[in-house]
Amino acid sequence: MSTPQPPMPQAAPDRQAAPGSPYPGYTSPIPVVRTTLWHAVASEWTKIRSVRSTMWTLGVFVLLVVGIGLLAGAVVAGSSPDVSGANPLELGFFGLLLGSMCVITLGVLTTASEYGTGMIRTTMVACPNRGRVLAAKAIVFFLVAFVVTLVSASLVALAHVAMLEGDGVLEPSGEEWLKATVGVSLYIALLGLLSLAVGSVIRHSAGAITIMIGAVLAPLVIALFMFSQSLKDVQQALFEYSIPNQLSIFYANSLTDSGPSGWDPLWIMLGLTAVAFAGAFALLEKRDV
Amino acid sequence: MIELEGLSKRYGEKVAVNNLTFTVRPGIITGFLGPNGAGKSTTMRMVLGLDRPTAGDVRIDGRHYDQLKDPLTYVGALLDAKAVHGGRSAFNHLLCLAQANGIPARRVHEVLDTVGLTAVAKKKAKGFSLGMAQRLGIAAALLGDPRILMFDEPVNGLDPEGIHWIRNLMKSLAAQGRTVFVSSHLMSEMALTADHLVVIGQGRLLADTSMADFIARNSHSYVRIRTPQRERLLDVLGGAGITVVESGAAVLEVDGDKSEAIGELAAQHRIVLHELSPQQASLEEAFMRLTAGSVEYHAHDGQPPAPAGPQRQQWGGEWRKG
Repeated sequence: MSTPQPPMPQAAPDRQAAPGSPYPGYTSPIPVVRTTLWHAVASEWTKIRSVRSTMWTLGVFVLLVVGIGLLAGAVVAGSSPDVSGANPLELGFFGLLLGSMCVITLGVLTTASEYGTGMIRTTMVACPNRGRVLAAKAIVFFLVAFVVTLVSASLVALAHVAMLEGDGVLEPSGEEWLKATVGVSLYIALLGLLSLAVGSVIRHSAGAITIMIGAVLAPLVIALFMFSQSLKDVQQALFEYSIPNQLSIFYANSLTDSGPSGWDPLWIMLGLTAVAFAGAFALLEKRDV
Repeated sequence: MIELEGLSKRYGEKVAVNNLTFTVRPGIITGFLGPNGAGKSTTMRMVLGLDRPTAGDVRIDGRHYDQLKDPLTYVGALLDAKAVHGGRSAFNHLLCLAQANGIPARRVHEVLDTVGLTAVAKKKAKGFSLGMAQRLGIAAALLGDPRILMFDEPVNGLDPEGIHWIRNLMKSLAAQGRTVFVSSHLMSEMALTADHLVVIGQGRLLADTSMADFIARNSHSYVRIRTPQRERLLDVLGGAGITVVESGAAVLEVDGDKSEAIGELAAQHRIVLHELSPQQASLEEAFMRLTAGSVEYHAHDGQPPAPAGPQRQQWGGEWRKG
C-alpha cells in the first residue's frame, strides 16, 4: 500500500466569481422558454410513439376488435336462425371486451414502465411539476386510446350493418350508433385512463396490469358461483356493475333488466377514474420519485 | 450555485443524509466524495427535487428545483445511466427531454455529436454498453446547455479514453463559468479533476475544503531507504539530526522530502544504498482514514483500516521477520 504514487497534479486555483448578479455563472445562448403543460404533452407524445410496446398493444387491439368483430358478423350472417329484429351493432361487443385488455396494458405501461426503467427520474428532472407530468401522460394516452378505439369500433359497426343488411335486422337509430361508437370508445379510453392512474400508484407494470384485469373479470366470475340465496342481491350487483356488463349496456343487451342503463356506465367509469386520479396526484406529490 | 442547509433525509429508522450544509460554487469543479452508501446519490436526488428532504433545505441560485421554469436549461444532471427506456432510440430519448423544456431539436444532434453517439442515434438504448449509456446520460445533461451540471459517478463504465474525455469535458464546462458538481467514490479520480472537495460519510459532512488544501494536508511525503550498512547510516543520520523510523526488516523511512540530503550524507560517509526513493502516501489512504469510521459496507478481511504514514509496518513485514 505504500507503493509509489504518481505525482498529483496541482489543483486549479479557485476562480473568482464574476461580479454583478448575486448568482453569477455561465449564460447559455439557447433561448430560455417558460415551460407549460403543452411542452410536457409534446414530450409524452414523442415517448408513446417511440416505443414498440405501444405499437404492439394497439396493433393487437385493432386486430382483436376488427378480427373478432368480422368473425362474429360472418358466423351470424352465415347461420340460418332468424336474426330479424336484432340490433346488428351488438356483435361489436366481443372484440372490444377482449381488446380492452390491450388498452389496460398500454395505460399501465404509460406510467408504470417509467418506474421499472428509472426513466421517471429523468422525466421528473426535465419537468419537476409532477402533476403536469401525470396530466400530460393522461391527455396523450386518452386521445390515442379514444381515436384508435373509435376508428376500430366504427369500422366494425359499419361492417356488421352491411353484412347483416339482408337478414331483416333493425336499422340502428342515431343514438344506438352514437353509443356503439363514440360512447363505447369513451368508455374504453376511460378504462385505460383508470389503468394509467393505477399504474402511477402501483409503480409496477405486472402488478398494476394484474389488478386491472382482476377488476374487469373478477366480479363477474365470482358472481357466477354465488349459489347461496342470501347472496342473491350481492350477485345481482356484481353482475350489473361488472365492467363487461357495463360495456354491453352500450349495445343495450345487459345481463339484467335492472341496474345501470343508457349512458350510466360512462358516468360510473368517469367517477371511478376521477377518484383514482385524485389518489394518484396526491401520492405523486407526497412520495419520492 | 447550489446551497444546502441542514439537509437531512431519513428512510424509516435509517438516516441517509444527516444535516448537510455546504455550497457548490460556479466556475469550479466540486467533487462530492464518499464511500458507497454515504448518501451522495440521495443528496443529489434531493437537489433535483426527486426526493423530499426530511429536514433542511436545498436551493439552486436561491430557488427550489421545482420552482425553476426552465429546469433543463438551468440544471443538467446525470443520475443513473441506465435510467432510460431500453426500447427507445437515443435520438428519441433526447428529443422527448428537449421537447419537455422547449429546447430546439437541433440541440439533440449537437449533444449527440458532443458525446460521440451520432452513429448510434437511431439505435435502441437497451443495446448500449454501460459506457455508451453513460455518454447518453451525459448528452441528456448537456441538452439544455445548463449553467449547473451534476454528474453522479460519471466515469463508471467508461474506458480510459472515455474517462480522459469526461475529465476534460468537466474542466472545460467549469472554465466557462458553470457550476460542476460531480460525485465519486474514487479519491484518485477527484484529485485529477476537482478544484473543491466535499467529503461525506454515513450522510454526515466530513470535509469541505479546496483540493489543494486537502492534498497539502494529507499527501504525506517521506523517503524510503534500504542499505546493507544499516547501523552506520543510522548513526550518520542521527548525527545530522534526521529522525529515522525503521519500517520492516531492512527498510528505513525518513519523514519529509529529504532524499537529496540523505544521498549526499551517505556519499560523504561512503555508505552503500540499495534504495533511496521519495514516497508519497496516497490521497486514497487519506480518504480512507477520513471515512474509516463511517464506511457502511466493510469488507471483513480481518485487517483493521491501516493507518498511513512512515510508522506503519510494511504489509507482510511481520511474518517475513519471523
